[in-house]
Amino acid sequence: MLGVLLLAFSLVTIVHSELCRPDAQNAFKVRLSIKTALGDNAYAWDASEEYLFKAMVAFAMRRYSNKETTQISNVLLCNMTERVSFWFVVTDSARNMTTVPGSEVEAAVRMNRNRINSAFLLTDNTLQFLKISSTLSPPIEPAVPVWLIVFGVVLCLVVVGILLLVVSGIRQRKKNNHESAETGDLEDKCDTPVTTENGIPCDILDLKAGQINGVYAADDERFTPL
Amino acid sequence: MEKPRPLWDNPLQFVFACISYAVGLGNVWRFPYLCQMYGGGGFLIPYLIMLIVEGMPLLYLELAVGQHMRQGSIGAWKIISPYLSGVGIASVVVSFFLSMYYNVINAWAFWYLFHSFQDPLPWASCPLNSNHTGYDEECAKTSSTQYFWYRKTLNISPSIEEYGSIQWEQVVCLILAWLVVYLCILRGTESTGKVVYVTATLPYLVLMIYLIRGLTLHGAVNGLIYMFTPKVPKIPLLFSSAIAHSLVLQLEQLANPKTWINAATQIFFSLGLGFGSLIAFASYNESNNNCERHAIIVSLINSSTSIFASIVTFSIYGFKATFNYENCLSKVILLLTNVFDLEEGALTADNLDSMKDYLTSTYPNQYAELLPQIKNCSLEAELDTAVQGTGLAFILYSEAIKNMEVSQLYSVLYFIMLLMLGIGSMLGNTAAILTPLTDSKFLSTHLPKEVISGIVCFINCIVGLVFTMEAGNYWFDIFNDYGATLSLLLIVLVETIAVCYVYGLRRFEKDLLLMIGHKPNWYWKIMWAFASPVLIISLFIFYLTDYIRTGTLQYQAWDATQGQLVTKDYPSYALAVIGLLVASSTMCIPIGALIIFIMKRLKKRSVSTLE
Repeated sequence: MLGVLLLAFSLVTIVHSELCRPDAQNAFKVRLSIKTALGDNAYAWDASEEYLFKAMVAFAMRRYSNKETTQISNVLLCNMTERVSFWFVVTDSARNMTTVPGSEVEAAVRMNRNRINSAFLLTDNTLQFLKISSTLSPPIEPAVPVWLIVFGVVLCLVVVGILLLVVSGIRQRKKNNHESAETGDLEDKCDTPVTTENGIPCDILDLKAGQINGVYAADDERFTPL
Repeated sequence: MEKPRPLWDNPLQFVFACISYAVGLGNVWRFPYLCQMYGGGGFLIPYLIMLIVEGMPLLYLELAVGQHMRQGSIGAWKIISPYLSGVGIASVVVSFFLSMYYNVINAWAFWYLFHSFQDPLPWASCPLNSNHTGYDEECAKTSSTQYFWYRKTLNISPSIEEYGSIQWEQVVCLILAWLVVYLCILRGTESTGKVVYVTATLPYLVLMIYLIRGLTLHGAVNGLIYMFTPKVPKIPLLFSSAIAHSLVLQLEQLANPKTWINAATQIFFSLGLGFGSLIAFASYNESNNNCERHAIIVSLINSSTSIFASIVTFSIYGFKATFNYENCLSKVILLLTNVFDLEEGALTADNLDSMKDYLTSTYPNQYAELLPQIKNCSLEAELDTAVQGTGLAFILYSEAIKNMEVSQLYSVLYFIMLLMLGIGSMLGNTAAILTPLTDSKFLSTHLPKEVISGIVCFINCIVGLVFTMEAGNYWFDIFNDYGATLSLLLIVLVETIAVCYVYGLRRFEKDLLLMIGHKPNWYWKIMWAFASPVLIISLFIFYLTDYIRTGTLQYQAWDATQGQLVTKDYPSYALAVIGLLVASSTMCIPIGALIIFIMKRLKKRSVSTLE
């Protein structure tokens, strides 16, 4: 009796070690970085956590295939390291000594990745299924890009400013033309109120330095050639 | 009755306008680079010497000419001597080239500013690839900030031959930039005078905020130390104190002629001499304005801003390098931890080297396989990636900003500062073009000032569309490197010689006596008459021989497949454009003199035939 039991036990372990080995067919490596993710709140990885992991994988398989055939005992873990990393396979409960194809396991894990992550309080980066690429979430794009909105606001302000300045400039010029037309009439009748000298208004000439007469300053030939 | 010349409301507006023009992007992105290349603290000695020998005298000369002649560059040089009207025209042509490409920088600054209002910043992470399984290929090879600059902003093509299409996003930003410039120069000094209050002071406010933030960042000290140590191979320690040792090394850089040449060049271009902008600004002054005092103030403020900005830049630089170095270390640690399945936290930055040795001895085969992937992280290598120009301003700073807390705020502040610096310089450039145009009686009687400004802005905007194409950045580099360098040296040389020897130093002294009440002392006269011309001639000769010696000109092109810059040769038509750029401005001087000479000859002949 004892011998049969021993034989059965060794068979099971041999089966297990054959099915679940590093780089076995349909086996996946899992790597957890608990300390990186949780810091001081990190929990220790022990047998209970392993049990939870098996349960989550079984749950994922059930959800994916919609059959309630996968049991926790179907998930085999092996090669546990300090890192924490290990390999796992999912055996087929219907057929003995075979593993579920890797593509199915991959699809199941991908479908339920969020649930598996949150069970362990980890993320895609800290609970890694090597060979199973995670779908990265694209950044949220608003309907109208933000930069266009800000650009529109600044553009409107600038255009309004330009229009204001141009219109006020035109209005001022019209007023000046009006005034100079009026003073033009006055000039014919009486002395100009603004004193000028050589066509330049006196208030500009009223400087300490005086006015430079371009004729004399620029003339290179100070002496007329004979 | 002539309309009176518009004036600045008060001398402060004039000083602010000059500061706003002189303090530009070069202070932020060129000086820190030079400081780092040529010995850090030691570079300040040639820089300050060149400021005294070259910067202040030439600045004073230009301001005095403008204030005295009360005309833009064309009119002012015509008054000095009719044969020199070509100098004024050359200044206008160079300013025109500069304003064509300079406003594109403002367009980029607007682009980054508008994108700074997003959370998270768009250059903080790489975009995903098409099936959402990983990051975009090009972005993964380089960094997210470089990707944002080269792909999202410029959408750069692999070489200058491939034009690509015009990027509409850049076009609208360029149009906005020109509209803003038009708004500021619309009314001439009336509007410019008010704008310069903001453009001159706001950058200092932002720099101060960044100084405080920068110095409190983790790793900033590394950058500052790096800036002050020169890059020479280590000589044996002759002195006991490390400070004395580093001083000796810094002073050794002074023996390198390139240090002096770069110091002289930086002072020269930083002050914006020769463009005609300073003459234009000074022409709107009252005749008795003390331009000597203003020249000294402006040049000192410009140089101290450079030094201030480089301290800020280097603390930011140190932060970014330290951040990247620590990232690199954690990547190596993660790699080793994963491959050898070690316990988390067993490898730290401190025990990394000893653990590496342990692993090499325990698992030699596996470690040897892993060796190509393990990068040797080095803080020195991160700091050594010296950058200047648009790379520094847009890539490096945005990379540092994305790692700060409240990054949106710092990003907005930074790009507003870049905008203020850029617009301030644009005001000077456009003033250099518009003042001679509005001075000419022909144009000002037929068209009002607003229309002339509008036409100039419109033409510049249309030509600037070239820089918004996919290959636009390569043309930008051509204009930036060759559009103004040689021509300016020649223009300023002719200016100095003209004032000292053609117009006459004594006559100039008398004019200054009339304007500011005292004659210039011997320092100014010696610099104007001897030191500055000699210096400019030697710079000119150096640059010419450098261009001739290097043979073919090359440029840096972005290779999307590798994710880095590669060097390529310019095609022949690009070389032709470069030649045209240099020739069109320098040839104005002799051609102008020749035309006036011919006209005078013809007039004399017609007068003599009449008699």
